[in-house]
Amino acid sequence: MADVLLAGVGGQGNVLSARVLAEAALSMGYDVKTSEVHGMAQRGGSVVCMVRWGEKVHSPLVEVAKADFLLAFELLEGLRFLHFLGGEGTAIVNDYRLDPLPVLRGDAVYPEGALGFIRAYAARTLEMDARELAVRAGNARAAGSCLLGALSRFLDFPEGVWEESIRGAVPSRAVEVNLKAFALGRAGTAGPS
Amino acid sequence: MKRALMSGNEAVALGAWRAGVRVAAAYPGTPSTEILEELAAYPEVYCEWSPNEKVALEVGIGSCLGGARSLVAMKHVGLNVAADPWMTLPYIGVNAGLVLAIADDPGMHSSQNEQDSRYYARMSKVPMLEPADSQECLEMVGMAMDISERYDTPVMLRLETRISHSRTVVEYREDRIRVDHPYEKDALKRVMIPGHARMRHPLVISRLEELEKEAETFALSSLEMRSSRVGIITSGVCYQYAREVFPEASILKLGLVYPLPEKTIREFASHFHRVYVVEELEPFLEDGIKALGIDVVGKTRIPRDGELDPTLVARSLAELIEMDTGVKHGGWTPPVPHAAIPDESELPGRPPVMCPGCPHRGLFYALNRNKAVVSSDIGCYTLSVLPPLAGIDCQVCMGASVGMALGMERAFDSSEANADKAGKVVCVLGDSTFIHGGITGLIDMVYNNTISTIVILDNRTTAMTGFQDHPGTGRTLMGEDTSALDLAELCRAVGVQSVRVVDPWELEEMEAVIREEMEAPRTSVIISRRPCVLRERRAGVVYRVREEECTGCRRCLRLGCPALVMRGEKAVVQEDLCVGCSMCAQVCRPGALEEVAEGG
Repeated sequence: MADVLLAGVGGQGNVLSARVLAEAALSMGYDVKTSEVHGMAQRGGSVVCMVRWGEKVHSPLVEVAKADFLLAFELLEGLRFLHFLGGEGTAIVNDYRLDPLPVLRGDAVYPEGALGFIRAYAARTLEMDARELAVRAGNARAAGSCLLGALSRFLDFPEGVWEESIRGAVPSRAVEVNLKAFALGRAGTAGPS
Repeated sequence: MKRALMSGNEAVALGAWRAGVRVAAAYPGTPSTEILEELAAYPEVYCEWSPNEKVALEVGIGSCLGGARSLVAMKHVGLNVAADPWMTLPYIGVNAGLVLAIADDPGMHSSQNEQDSRYYARMSKVPMLEPADSQECLEMVGMAMDISERYDTPVMLRLETRISHSRTVVEYREDRIRVDHPYEKDALKRVMIPGHARMRHPLVISRLEELEKEAETFALSSLEMRSSRVGIITSGVCYQYAREVFPEASILKLGLVYPLPEKTIREFASHFHRVYVVEELEPFLEDGIKALGIDVVGKTRIPRDGELDPTLVARSLAELIEMDTGVKHGGWTPPVPHAAIPDESELPGRPPVMCPGCPHRGLFYALNRNKAVVSSDIGCYTLSVLPPLAGIDCQVCMGASVGMALGMERAFDSSEANADKAGKVVCVLGDSTFIHGGITGLIDMVYNNTISTIVILDNRTTAMTGFQDHPGTGRTLMGEDTSALDLAELCRAVGVQSVRVVDPWELEEMEAVIREEMEAPRTSVIISRRPCVLRERRAGVVYRVREEECTGCRRCLRLGCPALVMRGEKAVVQEDLCVGCSMCAQVCRPGALEEVAEGG
């Protein structure tokens, strides 16, 4: 049984990453459920996807303080959903800041030390500059695959399963870039942090 | 058997195809949109985007009477639009089956209200099925078709956001049944003049009584006896939450939620000291069960507004169940608040925003400068209600903006207190929205000599729900080319004296046109036309701030473009967000923004 949260900003590709992860878990023979927020969220709003797998899964939603992994595509969004992570949970964090409009406007302040909060709370924190790695792989939009690559180190899915589900879920023109981004994330190349 | 991970909406589409559906119609609306998008990909099914939900239902009525199994899909508020034909359809009945897939949105992820469609089932005396995962979505479409034909009634399949947009494992065969019902004229049954309708209504009532027997034996209702002390009655996704947090509880899961299975409920309740009802939104099951004289605990504990989740269900009931029964539920322990995390409410929100380069941005900037009172419709442009544009005064539902503008204009005309607002009313609505519900309002404006200005934000698509085609785009849902409705010609045809087309990226020209039309004493339509940037961005160009020229006046920030930020005293363009629309350069007085080649 594993519960994963993918938190980010609309347009960052976390819905697609959740799809890749869920298909991988399905290939492993598990019962799988995912949940995502649609609609207005694609306009640069906060987006969270949940993926759960195990022998039998009931709720498509992860309970507060029960997630095993939090994949934060952006620091503030990681912080926003941090309370879903369980006491033994692992945070995999893209060290990337994208100011929401209230901050750009000057009506709110971006929380300083977001990464520090995450480090202090999660049992284990893995930081990476996924955007930089994705650019190296060929496209900044493949950052989600870098995070999945990092997550894959903690799961016992064979590499072929990941490749198959990336090929199945990602549009064909972006497959190679995403495979490369996944490999970079899996290799654990930590960016500057 | 094939095995796949499917959203509830995908599963409804597959189920419809397997059940032999030949005609399907919808207007896009989150969370129901993907049902038709998916179904259109299957062979042998005619699928269409209708201009609105009322028309979609009318198409479905025609096709089911004509002998084709039919599916109509919409979101909860869409049924308000379609309610007029919907309330009479049960009198007429069907020939081949007709299923209405109706998607509620508890939590209002992307809706203007929370509305419990189960009351429509009761009001129209139509049976309602409610799936608890994608597998049930798939199977229930077929079962609903079957019930529809056996009882000669339309059937509702109620989804919720969390069913529509969750992916769960589905096992299925790729087989399809074929049904073709002969058509025979039957005016007594299908022409609802009062004399005929009076004969039909008693039949609708007695049919409902028959359906109660169906509810007792419905295959996807289940009686799961575990603990002898805790009994829960539930349906839909709430069943999953209850299973998750109270694994030892006995559960009566209803798959057919209207009408209720009275005998089954009585039998189940007789085993327990107290029965709990877990349901989202209104106390629909709860009231129905209480009306049978059975006391249950529901909404006194579980919130009546918003979306439920496992944590909320557990928090609402765990303590009471333990107190009542002594059963402590191992499935759930209250989460311990952690001092290391800042409170969620203290974090800056991330509201959805109009995209960088969004053509609507220029329009609202221009309206602001003309101090317009803006009556808005529903679409991406409604997001301009947020600062810094803060460009909208009111918004209710699709198509309402036009009539509301007329009403406001009349109020200002006759007001001393608001005399300065007279002539300032502008109505905005999208191209798809105008076709959905704005045309009749426009006719009213012309007919009643209104001087308000209507702006059609024509981005050539239905953007909010993910780029669906509509009668103005020249392409159908099934990918065929078709004639494109000419909005300007249409407006002229209903009598609008002044119809002008402008490019919202050209701020100066746009503002001049708005000023002229607001001042002109006539009904005028401005078509603000530029394709949605998510589909057609300006290739190869971005803007950059020449730091030495930037005075830090923050004027460019009034556009509310997510690509523009202040770093210290200077504005900076985040180039990977910029689409090169040039609006920032147009508003910058010192001319600090320059066009550069992307990546250069």
